[in-house]
Formats: sequence, structure tokens, C-alpha cells
Amino acid sequence: MTQLVISGNYAQSYAAKLARVHVVSAYPITPQTAIVEKIAEFVASGALPAEYIKVESEHSAMQACISASALGARTYTATSSQGLLLMHELLHWAAGARTPVVMGVVNRAVAPPWSIWTDHGDTMSQRDTGWIQFYGESNQEVLDTTLMAFRLAEHPEVRLPAMVTEDAFYLSHTVEPVDIPGQDQVDAFLPPRERSSTLEVGKAMRLGSFTGPEHYMEFRHKIAKAMVRTRDVFLEIEDDYARITGRNHGGLLPTYKTDDADTVLVTMGTATTTARGVVDAMRADGHKVGLAKLRTFRPFPVQELRDLATRVDRIGVLDRSFTFGAAGAAFTEVAGALYAAPHHPQLRGFVAGLGGRDITAAMVREALLDLLTRDGPESSWVELKSRTEAS
Amino acid sequence: MEEDLPEAPIATTPSDVNHTASWRTFRPVIDLKLCTKCNVCWKFCPDDAIAFDGVGFPVIRLDYCKGCAICAEECKPKAITMVKED
Repeated sequence: MTQLVISGNYAQSYAAKLARVHVVSAYPITPQTAIVEKIAEFVASGALPAEYIKVESEHSAMQACISASALGARTYTATSSQGLLLMHELLHWAAGARTPVVMGVVNRAVAPPWSIWTDHGDTMSQRDTGWIQFYGESNQEVLDTTLMAFRLAEHPEVRLPAMVTEDAFYLSHTVEPVDIPGQDQVDAFLPPRERSSTLEVGKAMRLGSFTGPEHYMEFRHKIAKAMVRTRDVFLEIEDDYARITGRNHGGLLPTYKTDDADTVLVTMGTATTTARGVVDAMRADGHKVGLAKLRTFRPFPVQELRDLATRVDRIGVLDRSFTFGAAGAAFTEVAGALYAAPHHPQLRGFVAGLGGRDITAAMVREALLDLLTRDGPESSWVELKSRTEAS
Repeated sequence: MEEDLPEAPIATTPSDVNHTASWRTFRPVIDLKLCTKCNVCWKFCPDDAIAFDGVGFPVIRLDYCKGCAICAEECKPKAITMVKED
């Protein structure tokens, strides 16, 4: 093991190298570029003996990965925002064809208006594609989770593509000390991919072609069941990763100081770090507050949230995206997970940090105080610059 | 049954095992006395629904023809008539 001071982008690059990917195909886009630039360097220097396929668009990048993956290659790509949206059709293909492609996504706001800064609108728009979604909080978590994502995606009980996201600039261009596991450790954790049972070289086969109404629904149900199995398989994989590296990031919904909490804020990505400091400060003032981090959005940690709901009176959800005509994406999902459960804490949604606006400690504190002490609207936009009250 | 299907949607047969003409309402009928063997019907057919017999006359492959009538529209000598299915 060595420790390097690297960006979230390089954490992705090092993870792909350590995973010994066979095929990388990518198209550069701010703020993802450094990920694939570094991988190109690894390939050019011979440090990573992989095929690097240069393409004219993200659509083609994903297609190249799907095709290589269907033949048994371990594949990796990375993108962001508009590039991810251009991939949208192929994201459905990757999941439908059951190709375990792993992708790094640097969360960047979607245009217009044009933005290069972070929010989660790009990946939330892909939540129904059948991809596993991890949201990273630190560069270390990004590297570790990417390695786990390969093993999870390729697991015979799963066989689904997985994306590991990181907030633009807060992680992608910010350097932190990151423990890089040794190649021997990674090899022990992540052996070469088992031979693909999808396509075989030299044998005429069709993948994903015409299927009548008599079979289509059953193929979709297989994806649904695989996504359900993903939860338990991931927990086993993370235990194994912890055994080898000593690091466990806490499963699908890691919690912070929730054991005796009566008010909990649900967060995603880097806002979690800010919120953790706020929880500590408010605890010092005697408030029983805690945090729950949505580390995965797909599969959605329904079971973990229902367990949490048995212990707390109020749950706030901090969303870095918005579903027009409804509410924050995480808010609607949390509400959906809890409605059929016996315990119904008071629930409130906060939309903040769109297009790279900072989610400050003061904002998080206000949201928690709002939850604790006030009757607020069900859902609100935090610190909106408006002459009328934000709603 | 779901359990009998492969995990990924793969097939080892060519796609023409799928007969895709069940929703046809009108079928093209060719009057070979008017046909000039120009192949325009074959060129315009958006599916693979036109083949040729041993002497070069077009033959409609009714397992694939969806009755779109493009062949009848494009046929210069008006040799193709669309006839309602029973």
C-alpha cells in the first residue's frame, strides 16, 4: 500500500488501473477529462496493458464498452453531464444486455444554462436505466467503491453495469491523501473476470435483438431481481474489501450519530462531510441530530431507511437535484420507501446546491433547525435568491 | 417461463426465425402479366419481405410483409394490388 495525494479524478484512474481493465473507451468532457487522460498515460507507458479505444462521442464510447464487455472484457469509461445524457440510450442497452460496464461519472449540472459545476441532475436522470449508482463522498471512497463496483457488477448474481459518481470540483479537482492498495491486495480481492456467458468468439449469436411480448417482461423482471440481489452481494463484497484493505465505508446507507437521534438528515455526496460537522456542533448544543448518507441510489436502500424510520421522529432530505413537477429525487424516493412501512417520521425536503452553489454549514444548520423546531413546507429550495419566499 | 430464459437476452438463431407479419391488414398481390422484373418493389421494401423466383419475378414473403403497400405505391406498371386479408 502507498499513500498518494490525488484528486477524485485520479482516484478513478488508479482504480481502473488496479482493476486491470482490458478495454477503456471514453470521450473527454469537463470536469471528467483528467480521469481518462491519466488512464491514457497508463496505457501509453505500458503500466496498464489495456485497449484504449478513441471514439467520436460518448454514445460510441458506451457502445464500445458494451460490445467488449459482452465478449468478457473488463471495461471502464467515464463521463459527465451532457456526455452522460448523450449516452442515455446506451445506458439502457448496457443494463438490458447485462454487460457489467463500470463508469466513473463526475456529477455536473445539466444545461441550459450552461454550467460545469456540480449537482446530481445528470445521474438522477439515469436512475431508471438499470445501472447501479454509487455516490462518493471522498476521494478514498471513490477509489475503494470503484474497485468494489467491478466485483459487484461482474458478480454472477448481479451482472449489471455500475456507475461511481463524484461531485465536480469538490472531489474531481480537489486533492486528498488516498491510500492506494497494493496490486497484490487488489488481485486477491478482484480476480480476472470469469469467462463471459454472453457472447462467444467464433459462434454466431445475437444480443438484445427482437423479442416478442411473450418474453420481454420476463427479461425485465430478471433485471429487477438482480438489482434486489445487489444489496446483499454488495454487503458481502464490502466485508471482503475491508478484510483485505481495512476500509469499510458502511454499506448502502451509512449513518452518523443516529443511535439516539430524533432528527436525521439524509444527504448525498460531498454535502455529507459538511453536514457531519454541523451535526457535531449541534450535538454540542444538546440537539439530538444525526445523518444518513445515500451511498447508493440504485439499488435504493429501502430496508435501511425503514429501519432508521423506526428510531427517529423527523427525517429531512437534502437534494442536489430536482424532478420538475414533483420534488427532489431523493425526497420522493425516501417518501416512497417509507409510506408502505409502519413508521412514518415527519418528512421534509430541502433542495440546495444546484449548479455548484455551495451547500454551507449554515444552510445545513438552518435545515436541521427547521426540522427540529418549525412547521415548514413539505419541500423547499434553500436560500433561493428571490424577492418572494422560497418554495 | 422466466426460468427457462437466459440471463442476458441472447439468441443463437438468425433473426428471421421471428415471423413479424401478424398485424398485416392488406396483402400485396402481384400480377405477373404486368410485372417487368424491374426490382423496384424489392429496393423499396423496408423489410426483407420480397424474394425472387427462379426466373426473376418477385415473390412476397408473407411471414415478414406487414402490408405497408410501399411496393404497390412504387410499382411503375401498377402490377401490385393491395387485397384485404380475410
